[in-house]
Amino acid sequence: MAGLPDGMRRAQLTGNRIRERRLARGMKQAALAEAVGISASYLNLIEHNRRKIGGKLLNALARALDVEPAALSEGADATLYDTLQASARDTRAGLGGVLPETARIDELAARFPGWTGLIAAQHKRIAGLEAVAEGLRDRLGHDPVLAEAMHEMLSSVAAIRSTADILARDPDLDAAWRGRFHRNLHEEAERLSLRATAMLAHFEAPDTEESGASSTPIETVEALFEAAGHHFPEIETQGRAGIEGVIARAAGMEDSASHALARDMLERYAQDAARLPLEVILPAAREAGFDPGRLLMLGQGDVALVLRRLASLPLSAGAPDFGLAVCDAAGALLFRRRLPSFSIPRFGPGCPLWPLYAVLARPGQPEAARLDLPQGGIFDAWAVAQPVAQTGFGRAPVVQATMLVAPASSDNGGEAAIPAGPGCHLCPREACPARR
Amino acid sequence: MGKRILLIEDEANILEAIGFLLSREGWEVQGHGKGESALAEIARVSPDIVVLDVMLPGRSGLEILRDLRADPATRDLPVLMLTAKGQAKDREQAMALGANAFLTKPFSNAELVSTLGTLTDAPAAARSGGGA
Repeated sequence: MAGLPDGMRRAQLTGNRIRERRLARGMKQAALAEAVGISASYLNLIEHNRRKIGGKLLNALARALDVEPAALSEGADATLYDTLQASARDTRAGLGGVLPETARIDELAARFPGWTGLIAAQHKRIAGLEAVAEGLRDRLGHDPVLAEAMHEMLSSVAAIRSTADILARDPDLDAAWRGRFHRNLHEEAERLSLRATAMLAHFEAPDTEESGASSTPIETVEALFEAAGHHFPEIETQGRAGIEGVIARAAGMEDSASHALARDMLERYAQDAARLPLEVILPAAREAGFDPGRLLMLGQGDVALVLRRLASLPLSAGAPDFGLAVCDAAGALLFRRRLPSFSIPRFGPGCPLWPLYAVLARPGQPEAARLDLPQGGIFDAWAVAQPVAQTGFGRAPVVQATMLVAPASSDNGGEAAIPAGPGCHLCPREACPARR
Repeated sequence: MGKRILLIEDEANILEAIGFLLSREGWEVQGHGKGESALAEIARVSPDIVVLDVMLPGRSGLEILRDLRADPATRDLPVLMLTAKGQAKDREQAMALGANAFLTKPFSNAELVSTLGTLTDAPAAARSGGGA
């Protein structure tokens, strides 16, 4: 399947998925064809990807197979698809022998959802552990407290070694010097013991067993926001006074770094809500069909505020399921609101073709783009880079970029869409000019 | 009178042990334990060679070395740096800044005596990096 245009690849996957779902239900081709009012030979052509389908027939097939139409047209969700792709790539790099059949990921996900989930979970866990290992390696190399502790310990060892060497090699050493060196040895041995204990305490302090190896403060705070659907009614109505209640109910807040980060993020949420209240943005957004391009004036010059507020609208009020990514000028991801079908990598950079990065070159100028993802989804993205802090006259400000994403409305097609991806590490577009 | 050596090291027991050792080897030994006043002490003592620890209270040995090399009066003063084992970046930085040799803690007394001998025997132009 590699090398096919994405549109054809999607259509091809739809046929496969219909066949996989039918076989999984133990249904004969003729029975399914009859259920949806087509001939078995026509269904056979569809299942072998020789006929494109959509609309009524797709809905009828989905009903007969007892699945959502999207499950047939979109297959495995994008995050799962990307995770399996990444897992396959890592396997290719690390092991010899039989290569994973990446062209049949959808088939794998449809037939063996449990095993697929296990592969994805293990891949994520490995990525998390690798990030932890990287962090520890960095800490070993650059931690000033550890460097000083190591130096103190080795200085004690150096003193003991030099002193012991003198005592061992000079049997005729003056008694006064001998006594002095013996005292020094004792003193230095005591100091070494204390320094070794202190260094071990330094290693043990930051991570408790409860916090787990893969749970960083940003992950804990992301989980808090995800659990709330990125909408906090008590902060919308009470402002900053509602923050304590949110934190009190959240998991993982016993970790001081997570607690501090959650407070910072919720303070920002409260400021945003005060500047652009729900009763202002929600009716305006409904009126504008939730199109950020028609809502920019609400931010009074602050486009990022409008994007963040759109990403915090409650789904129950009819808002689309928006995704959000915020990064700094180095491209490091600071915050994200994930979408099931738009993968934003936790570790490493996203796709260089995302407007999230393009806007960093033009602070203050909002950009919109339509993105065609490799697994078939078409998304609209709106991004802007804005200063978040000034460092002085004549000096460049500290800039952050914000990108809002949402599935594109189907009637607009994908002609103008940029063939983008979830980030080079996860992306199957081998020929992409932006690929690292 | 032997050659004068200044040991800039904040660990008193290291100073005492290697001071005793080098005195017996014929050196005139002076010790100093503070980074911030090390340059003034070097100017006061005017040593033939300096043994300089990297981690010192007040000012790092690397900063002191950089200032020594920037001053015409001490540009050619032989400097033996003491670094902790495993701190490879310190060693690289010390040699880049113009240290003549380095020893990693914990060093042996024989290594120290031998390295100092090499540094003081060699003419100034031939002194260049080495050590354990």
